[in-house]
Amino acid sequence: MIKTKLSLTILGLATALVAGPVLAAGGHDAPLPERQPWSFAGPFGKFDRAQLQRGFQVYREVCANCHSMKRVAFRNLSEEGGPQFSEAQVKALAAEYKIKDGPNDSGDMFERPGRASDKFPAPFANVEAARAALGAAPPDFSLLAKARGYSRGFPLFLVDALPIPGGAYQEHGPDYIVALMNGYSKADDPNWNDYMPGNKIAMAAPLADGAVDYTDGSPKTLLQYSRDVAAFMMWAAEPKLEERKKTGFRALAFLLVFAGLLYYTKKKVWADVAH
Amino acid sequence: MSGPSTYVPKSAIGRWFESRLPIMGLMHSSFVVYPTPKNLNYFWTFGGILSLMLGVQIITGIVLAMHYTPHVDYAFQSVEHIMRDVNWGWFLRYTHANGASMFFIAVYIHMLRGLYFGSYKAPREVLWILGVVIFLLMMATAFMGYVLPWGQMSFWGATVITNLFSAIPVVGASITTWLWGGYSVDNPTLNRFFALHYLLPFMIAAVVALHVWALHVSGQNNPTGVEVKDVKRDTVPFTPYATIKDGFAMVVFLAFFSWFIFYVPNYLGHPDNYIDANPMVTPAHIVPEWYFLPFYAILRAIPDKLGGVIAMFGSIAVLAFLPWLDTSRVKSASYRPVYRVFFWVFVICGIGLGYLGAMPAEGGYVIASRIFTVYYFAFFLIIMPLLGLFETPKPLPASIADSVLARGGSASAAAAGAAHAPENK
Repeated sequence: MIKTKLSLTILGLATALVAGPVLAAGGHDAPLPERQPWSFAGPFGKFDRAQLQRGFQVYREVCANCHSMKRVAFRNLSEEGGPQFSEAQVKALAAEYKIKDGPNDSGDMFERPGRASDKFPAPFANVEAARAALGAAPPDFSLLAKARGYSRGFPLFLVDALPIPGGAYQEHGPDYIVALMNGYSKADDPNWNDYMPGNKIAMAAPLADGAVDYTDGSPKTLLQYSRDVAAFMMWAAEPKLEERKKTGFRALAFLLVFAGLLYYTKKKVWADVAH
Repeated sequence: MSGPSTYVPKSAIGRWFESRLPIMGLMHSSFVVYPTPKNLNYFWTFGGILSLMLGVQIITGIVLAMHYTPHVDYAFQSVEHIMRDVNWGWFLRYTHANGASMFFIAVYIHMLRGLYFGSYKAPREVLWILGVVIFLLMMATAFMGYVLPWGQMSFWGATVITNLFSAIPVVGASITTWLWGGYSVDNPTLNRFFALHYLLPFMIAAVVALHVWALHVSGQNNPTGVEVKDVKRDTVPFTPYATIKDGFAMVVFLAFFSWFIFYVPNYLGHPDNYIDANPMVTPAHIVPEWYFLPFYAILRAIPDKLGGVIAMFGSIAVLAFLPWLDTSRVKSASYRPVYRVFFWVFVICGIGLGYLGAMPAEGGYVIASRIFTVYYFAFFLIIMPLLGLFETPKPLPASIADSVLARGGSASAAAAGAAHAPENK
């Protein structure tokens, strides 16, 4: 019986391995994004504070001219697990922005300096205004790192879920963003991108070597900028990532020890029964 | 199995209460003295795991509902509010979202176990059909739950699935309008889906109670498929034997579940659902959640819309007729050498349909879906009825106790047997 089961399993796996690539041969013309060395990947991953701060600088100086980030508040920048700017820095930063508030006692809307509790104001009043000015509405930044991705296809997509080296892969979004920033391969077509579905992208290459002036001595290259901003975007999309992974370790450690204790208790209870 | 309770309360208050409402006696006979076959393997722990998952989903769901707003303008935002600003909100949401997937993993294992060991055969037909009802309710609940975050896949998934009803001749369009509460998926749809998503789990809980009741009348099936002949020789009391074994299995399952919650929480989701629903922009590929993919593949395998809808619902409805489609008198596939092969091919076919459901409906994918769909139905409608007539089953053990002893005997004959012998005394 074990033999039949084994041979059937082998048969099934063989069928899947042969049929998978044959079936998958229909799709995929775009290249797959390269995997980047993220500090926040894996079960013990943590954001690199300096990288998040640089990424925020790139966002603020370049991306924020067109892209909103409406779900992130200034205060988030000083919270644990993020770029961890000081509260004073965040207060000063927020005050540089003008926030529309009101109505006041006389019924008028007014502008005031931003506070830490405010969300990042959008560069355009609404989607229509953005589209009118730019030709296409730029997507909001808050969730983009989780709202983009790609599939590694069968069978690697299965490895993505597993606790093995090369597995537990959840960084498809940031990898895709880095690839996209570096995917403008045709000098004569600013709207061509190797990684954009259909290869047509409304946004021309937003970053280039030397575009942002880093003060911490990091290389001022396109690759560095795109990695930094993608890491920042991952934090913006998942600000509780570090807390989640830390809690996960405790939860799993507890459950595995508890399971071990239950296993031996179960063995003891069943010891006098043939089963 | 069931009968008048033998429970005798120890305290005076207990006796006073028991003579007025014998609920402690009911618990006692259901979860303490209830005789369970001693040869059950770990596939029999998934009933307990499923009860646990229902509890987890109801508790996390109720707390999530305290922070969620069922309105097209606020739903997506309120989910992000939960993820960012509610204490432990990310944990609640990831637990609930992945919990749905875990629920389906467990239910598919539970159903395949029933299919392999013939748990649907007499006297457990009603038990099995109640299970099919629970499965249907689960699917409805999960589908409506996926709509609530109001992302792109929520919206377009809801649009595709509710549109299926428009395939019904004559009244289809009216039914669809009635389901939507308007002329497209919109705020009334979201509102009613939320109301029903909150209601259905409690209906599931009620049918689960009937399912457990039916189970405790007919008794559990077991890996030999031979009914209990002598309660003393063949069974052990539920507590402590099944309680500790189920408890161990639940904790192992929770560890598996935790891996998803804490380390790969978005693996089973779709990136498009992190984009606000937009009725003006259709995603490139609309894919349902993974647990619907085999049925989605069957839907798309049929070139005709109404035919596809009938095939999809038929693929679930056919399960309810299994007790009468399977003509074999032997329950367990362990004693059915030919059925066992067809069973494993069926499992591969189900996984294949799941894979195809996620692929675009074109070229080789469609042909493969059609072949697998034909096998899916042939397995239930042709193979099962005929196999019972032609297959020669292996000889069954005289009783559960005999099968256990036979296994123990061969084990002690093996080299390692001596070391294990003290355990088996």
